[in-house]
Amino acid sequence: MKIEKILLIGNPNVGKSAIFSRLTGAKVIISNYPGTTVEFTQGKIKLGDETVMIIDVPGTYTLEPTCKAEDVACRMVKEGGLVINIIDATNLERNLHLTLQLLEKGMPLIIALNMWDDTKHRGIYIDVKKLEELLGVPVIPTCGLTGEGIKELIDRLPETKTRDLSASSDNQKWEKIGEILEVAQKLTHRHHTLLERLEDLSIKPLTGLPIALGIIYSSFWVVRFVGENLIRHIFEPLFTKLWLPLLMKLSAFLVEGSFLHHILIGNFIESKIDFGQSFGLLTTGLYVPIAMVLPYIFSFYLILGLLEDLGYLPRLAVLTDNFMHHLGLHGYAIIPFILGLGCKVPGILATRLLEERREKFIATTLMVVGIPCMAQIAMIVGLVGQRGGKYVAIIFFTLFVLLVVKGLILNRILKGVSPEILVEIPPYRIPQIQSVIKKLWMRLSGFLKEALPFVLLGVLFVNILYMLRIIDFFAHIFTPVLTGLWGLPKEAISALVVGFLRKDLAVGMLGPLNLTTKQLVVGSTILAVYFPCIATYIVLIRELGIKDTLKSTAIMIMVALLIGMLLNLIL
Amino acid sequence: MIIDLTKMQPGESGIVKEIQGGQGFIRKLQSMGLRPEKKITKVSSHFWRGPQTVEVGNIQIAVGFGMAKSILVEVKR
Repeated sequence: MKIEKILLIGNPNVGKSAIFSRLTGAKVIISNYPGTTVEFTQGKIKLGDETVMIIDVPGTYTLEPTCKAEDVACRMVKEGGLVINIIDATNLERNLHLTLQLLEKGMPLIIALNMWDDTKHRGIYIDVKKLEELLGVPVIPTCGLTGEGIKELIDRLPETKTRDLSASSDNQKWEKIGEILEVAQKLTHRHHTLLERLEDLSIKPLTGLPIALGIIYSSFWVVRFVGENLIRHIFEPLFTKLWLPLLMKLSAFLVEGSFLHHILIGNFIESKIDFGQSFGLLTTGLYVPIAMVLPYIFSFYLILGLLEDLGYLPRLAVLTDNFMHHLGLHGYAIIPFILGLGCKVPGILATRLLEERREKFIATTLMVVGIPCMAQIAMIVGLVGQRGGKYVAIIFFTLFVLLVVKGLILNRILKGVSPEILVEIPPYRIPQIQSVIKKLWMRLSGFLKEALPFVLLGVLFVNILYMLRIIDFFAHIFTPVLTGLWGLPKEAISALVVGFLRKDLAVGMLGPLNLTTKQLVVGSTILAVYFPCIATYIVLIRELGIKDTLKSTAIMIMVALLIGMLLNLIL
Repeated sequence: MIIDLTKMQPGESGIVKEIQGGQGFIRKLQSMGLRPEKKITKVSSHFWRGPQTVEVGNIQIAVGFGMAKSILVEVKR
């Protein structure tokens, strides 16, 4: 049989992406919560002499779609292909329901009995031979995280079979599954492990809420501690001790005041290179993304990766569900929000987890205005933090209040009600160091590949706009808003212009303006809310469509005008 | 006696008797493993009509308060 296309299909959070990455060597994000993959990922695998396309399909419970991620799965099934049905061996019954649905659709099937390593300590004994016999298709025990069974899975792909089953009702399927399990699975009683006790404690409100506060507080503490120390002991010395001497030589060679000197090195501040203020490609252009932002991106994604792989996020979703309902969302929206703290692009993509359009609109609009990304946070902490931690707190508190107030209002004025939470809570799993590091590395290189060019482009762009005096022209037009409403100097316009490209650089541009502390707070807050960066905006259009994006944009601009004015009056 | 899921005590077990609601909702719950004649154990119940979490087989599911009201369970008391 010639294999044309392979689909990886299974319930949410059974480890499809882990197997996908094992099969293809492709780098994909794997976490321990349902809905990590919301879009299908494509890869290639070599079988003999042929290269076959392989697709990691978002998890689904049924072939009748109930949300966007599941809709993707159903469409993929309709297009056909060979199916590797991935099953969570610790939840055979439920997983087999989807297997029967796939078999009834006449899909050629092979089963990967994943999380095989988990069955033993859960007291589950599965007779693989019997299961294979009863289902009539090959069944291979696998463990996606360690790679166990993957080779056998590939070797046995040609054995894939279709079954000629007539369509049966849901109840008939459950009966059939019951009969299969009667023979092929044995459950024994076992004691609760420590991890399971922790699971219980972190989901019960009386113990869960303090645990959540503790985890959130310590996460932020660690992110800050690691970030600050990386900057102080590694990145700052790297730039001042190694990079600066090289730049000084280059500077002497280029001659201060020349065009190239201006673009590459920038201006001398008090006759020296100042990484924060010189504003050349090789000075500020590298210093901001690498020495100021990257350390925080590193520490944030390290902690996030650990929490994701442990399986903590869905528990946080349950604990915050009540609060989120006031904002027109349910608890699971906390996951896009948390991802948005890293970068809004994956954050917005993750809103596909939400069922309804209304929720999606609220979640994305709140995220764009109320949740600064880590690059921006790092710059605010770095720049405003010099004036005192109190001012950093004012900015974040303002953003939080904005998010809540906007949510309350949107929930009131938008038609309809948001659905309730209905989600599976995965068991805790001890994060595997290799997979945490792999995920961290993917996210860091993603940041460098996507952010660095934009920052450099931003620096170049601003320098050119200055030379052409276009900035002066904009400054002139926007003076009434900038100075009249927000109390900022008209030079701040350059930061607002750059903010369309990159938020971290934009915040950095407030540095050389000699702002008062109040102006700095107002400026940083406005930069966070007036408009998302270009990368975010493109995803926003793709996910919401033009019309809703425009609505969302109108809200952003209104909020920016208002909050800038209010802060200017109050502070 | 038969009560709805929200009335169960944390730690209490029972047998699901009926799920009321639309086709889509019932089907989704079923495919997650929560269906009539299954034994479930309530794990926790959150304040102010918050979500209810239950254990079915090897999995835990969080269900919104309103949804939980439409899940009827037979318990021994």
